[in-house]
Amino acid sequence: MEEREMIAIRGLTKTFGAGAGAVTALRDIDLSIRAGEIFGIIGLSGAGKSTLVRCMNYLEHPTEGSVTVDGKKLGALNRKELLNARRGIGMIFQQFNLLMQKTALENICFPLEIAGVSKKDAIDRARELLKLVELEDREKAYPAQLSGGQKQRIAIARALAPKPKVLLCDEATSALDPTTTRSILSLLKEINRTLGITIVVITHEMSVIEEICDRVAIIDHSRIAEVGDVSDIFMNPKTDIARKLLYASGRLGEEVLGERCLRIIFDGTQTSSPVICDMVLECGAPVNILFADTKTIEGKMHGYTLIQLPENREIGDKMKKYLDLHGVQYLEEAYHV
Amino acid sequence: MFDPQIVKLFGEGILETLYMTFVSTALSYLLGLPIGVLLTTSAPDGISPRPVLYRTLDIVVNILRSVPFLILMVCVLGLTRFLVGTTIGSTAVIPPLVIAAAPYVGRMVEGSLKEVDHGVIEAAQSMGATVFQIITRVLLPESTPSLLNGAAIVTTTILSYSAMAGALGGGGLGAIAINYGYHRFQADMMWIAVVLLVLLVQLIQLIGDRLVVRSDKRRR
Repeated sequence: MEEREMIAIRGLTKTFGAGAGAVTALRDIDLSIRAGEIFGIIGLSGAGKSTLVRCMNYLEHPTEGSVTVDGKKLGALNRKELLNARRGIGMIFQQFNLLMQKTALENICFPLEIAGVSKKDAIDRARELLKLVELEDREKAYPAQLSGGQKQRIAIARALAPKPKVLLCDEATSALDPTTTRSILSLLKEINRTLGITIVVITHEMSVIEEICDRVAIIDHSRIAEVGDVSDIFMNPKTDIARKLLYASGRLGEEVLGERCLRIIFDGTQTSSPVICDMVLECGAPVNILFADTKTIEGKMHGYTLIQLPENREIGDKMKKYLDLHGVQYLEEAYHV
Repeated sequence: MFDPQIVKLFGEGILETLYMTFVSTALSYLLGLPIGVLLTTSAPDGISPRPVLYRTLDIVVNILRSVPFLILMVCVLGLTRFLVGTTIGSTAVIPPLVIAAAPYVGRMVEGSLKEVDHGVIEAAQSMGATVFQIITRVLLPESTPSLLNGAAIVTTTILSYSAMAGALGGGGLGAIAINYGYHRFQADMMWIAVVLLVLLVQLIQLIGDRLVVRSDKRRR
């Protein structure tokens, strides 16, 4: 992957309103998104992620700081230049935001027409994109006649029509069922691979990040809490908010996390050897397995198992020593989610 | 009662009423549509906020809408004479009708445009659409069914105002109803005029409803 920076955000702060009623949605954000990657931004609702993505095409103007997309500093552009720059930044939305009185084909032609492309060229391009999103047969359909997944496909085709370098996805799968979500995500992944478009994905669902993102920024209370490769954050979440989001989908209830918990981390090499079983046999005491989760990230098996050590401290220490000895990574989970 | 002269009288009355109604409606939209668009776009939450313009338009529209139509007609007699050359007859009713209806149209259009989902506007903005493109290619086309619905209401309202103008020297069915029914105590003439007015309103509303259904692609 190229290491060229596609989106650079420096010292971005966004405050809504003024005086006593002012609300700061984003505070001192620094972010660097590389050309050609799929970058995730995750946070709980109200964390400021939607505002952040809207700063990337200046639908929201930052109060402080700068946003540079593809070498252009958005804040330094005049009105016309900004409108032009936006044509290089596609965007899709949770509610699809299609023109309800226009057909699928007309919707895809829309950004081309406002950019001054001739009607004929626009239609040719739109047909190409309908093929890409596998909806060639629905060009005359109105949005009301399409399913949610089909609407989002049309929205993706529309966003791609002016050949943007960046695609911003604001909760693009949050209104869709799991199967449709998966198909939309794989379409985004394909677009990223085949067209080389940099994709920024805003979501509150860790599963979306896990499925398609290369890197992720976790945003919490208007600030970036953690940034890194998705696999690193999954294996080794450093902040409370990262853990909270990882366990959000009911994977781990708060109540199960007690004292003496160990997170045993598998980094793609040990999943096949029965580490925990061997450790239990070796130390002669049972452990409580609280939770286990393994998954494939970027083609490699990763995962962790959360165990609770016996009350006897000596045996607990012995187990930790065993793990050290066998080169197994673990973390002592002293926190409560 | 089916005296050819009376038939002719009502035939002319219908044509005059339609003439006043449609010419006034068209001119009201010519003025009112831009007013409605400006009220929408210049609003604090609009796509191009202009507080001073918005407040001014808002107040002017409210003032014009609060003057009762017959009083407004009297108020603008000078203007009517200047524009039409006379203050009686069908054509003379058009200036006051337009002045009364344009602010009303403005409010109707504003209401329709505000129904357009903000997300769709945001999508257009994200594509680099200008304010003018958003107005002509998003706001107006997306709200077409609602605009047509409003147009049917406006047209029928103008029709009933045009009949009211019969009291102050206007023409059409309203004038017949007042001249024959009120001044000459010919109740039957008045009732015929009233029935014809009712039928015209029904017809306009029916056509409007059909157009609304046909233009709306959100169904099915």
